Amino acid sequence: MTANLVNVLMGGVFHAAILFLVAAGLQVVFGVQKIFNLACGSFYALGAYTGVSAVAYFTGHGGPPALFILPLALGGLAVGLIGVVVERGLLSFVYDRDETFQLLLTFALVLMLEDLIRMTWGTAPVSTGGLYLSYGQARVLGAIVPVYNLIVIAASLAIAVAIGWLLARTAFGRIIRASADNREMAEALGVDMRWIYVRVFTLGTMLGTLGGALVIPATAAMSEMGIELIVEAFAVVVIGGLGSMRGAFVGALVVGVLRSVAISVYPELEMLLIYLIVIAVLLWRPRGLFGAVAA
Amino acid sequence: MRTAVVLSLVGLAMLGLPVVAPTYYVTLMLPFMAYGVVLLGLNLLFGYTGLVSFGHALFIGVGAYTGAVLTTHLHVRHMELILPAAALAAAIVAAPVGALCVRYVKIYFGMLTLAFGMVFYTFLLKFYKLTGGDEGMRMLRPYLLGNGWEGFSKTAYLVGPYYYFSLAVLILATLLMWRIVRSPFGLCLKTIRDNPLKAESLGVSVPRFRWYAFMISAVYAAVGGALLATPTGNVDPTLAYWTHSGNVVFMVLLGGFSSFFGPLLGAFAFIFLQDTVMSVFPYWRLVFGAMLAFIVIFAPSGLMGLFARRRPVETSRA
Repeated sequence: MTANLVNVLMGGVFHAAILFLVAAGLQVVFGVQKIFNLACGSFYALGAYTGVSAVAYFTGHGGPPALFILPLALGGLAVGLIGVVVERGLLSFVYDRDETFQLLLTFALVLMLEDLIRMTWGTAPVSTGGLYLSYGQARVLGAIVPVYNLIVIAASLAIAVAIGWLLARTAFGRIIRASADNREMAEALGVDMRWIYVRVFTLGTMLGTLGGALVIPATAAMSEMGIELIVEAFAVVVIGGLGSMRGAFVGALVVGVLRSVAISVYPELEMLLIYLIVIAVLLWRPRGLFGAVAA
Repeated sequence: MRTAVVLSLVGLAMLGLPVVAPTYYVTLMLPFMAYGVVLLGLNLLFGYTGLVSFGHALFIGVGAYTGAVLTTHLHVRHMELILPAAALAAAIVAAPVGALCVRYVKIYFGMLTLAFGMVFYTFLLKFYKLTGGDEGMRMLRPYLLGNGWEGFSKTAYLVGPYYYFSLAVLILATLLMWRIVRSPFGLCLKTIRDNPLKAESLGVSVPRFRWYAFMISAVYAAVGGALLATPTGNVDPTLAYWTHSGNVVFMVLLGGFSSFFGPLLGAFAFIFLQDTVMSVFPYWRLVFGAMLAFIVIFAPSGLMGLFARRRPVETSRA
């Protein structure tokens, strides 16, 4: 019984760890640039496919399978640099527009990236094969959990701490928070917004692509995975509160664990439950659990 | 005057089309007309009231599934009954959903509608026994004007009676919407879009009017959804998926949201461009994504903006 419960919870926490990364990317971009990036799910899918290719290249060139997590993470981070191109090439044109147009521009990205992925990797699912269990399995309170899942959970926690440190303790973090709070004042004090935007957006993109890369040993990459994830990441940020990192953390845990519990108890409820919570939160507390100011 | 001439020409062309055009292109006109009805309603919300819904596919789904349930399970085959039933179902769903959504504007309205759309999508997907799950349901050929048209093959039925039936529905929907946006009610909506505070102080109940607009657009979407289901012959949950909502907003933008006929042009351009692109290049989303990005950045007033350059845009938005 406990073993079963722990299994369900650990599955949920693993999912939450991945969701947190994508949602954190969404939050940092929304917080500073006030753009709700629908394409964060597409970046996640892009990271997943790149991760698979990087691992295949690594093991194909004689890399020891036990180290597959290195090319995986590096590949995921490297493809996140596409954020620079997207920000400079597309988003930088619409900062002074109505947010509807900004939203639609990220929807255009969703469409483009979905087909770019199909063109590059084909339509059949791809995976890293049996590498998932190459770190073995561990016993946690009677349940058997793949060690890889524990590594990802730890990595996600470490990233959460690192982001917290970045935002709270560094000069760059202070500038980010100042720009999120009051863009005009930050600019008047000499902050170059173009410089901030390109970095923030790339950071957001890299969090998404890394999340995609890390999830992939546990599953298979499919071209629809991006548009499916965005609605979950969306649920996370609404529950947690738009723009809040703490909100992304708590929201990811809520969505990840509830989904996992719902699947094991009453599968029909799965995402339905999550969306009902989202609606409840939007109606009673539109700024979310940790949101600062209602827009 | 010029509009009247253009409209009569377009009307005549559409009347004569099944006689002169290849069957294939006539069948492409069917989704165009169905989406035309959907978009007329969506633009009442987007262009006229200033609310962008990212969950409008919910009501397309409601309409399509109403048609499927009526024809397959309840043996109601008359399209003259199916369309009002779809409209009624949408109104019943939209009344509470709309009442909740219109309390918010801008991105929060978009998110709330998206969430409701996904609730309906997951319901369709997961409650297999009621909805057929991901396989969906069949939509049987509906009777038109009390006639089953049994002697017609599927294609002959679609390019003949069904084509003219859809055309009649589209024309009625257009006339009705024309009346709505020219009425005092339509003017109130525009005032709400441009300056909600002023509207409120002039005695216009802003949430109430937004709610009316939401209901009307939902009813239009459901009627369009029911029309859309017949040519496909099948309804499935992707009709209610959030990307479908995105696509219909895309169509409105493509045609031009600040013009009455823009959405119709957008539906036409979307359907025929999609068909053309797919015939030469399987990755239509790549082309359409680039096109959408181009429109958003360089031509926010859409295709209609190209024709109406010289006149001041009637409904510019801040």
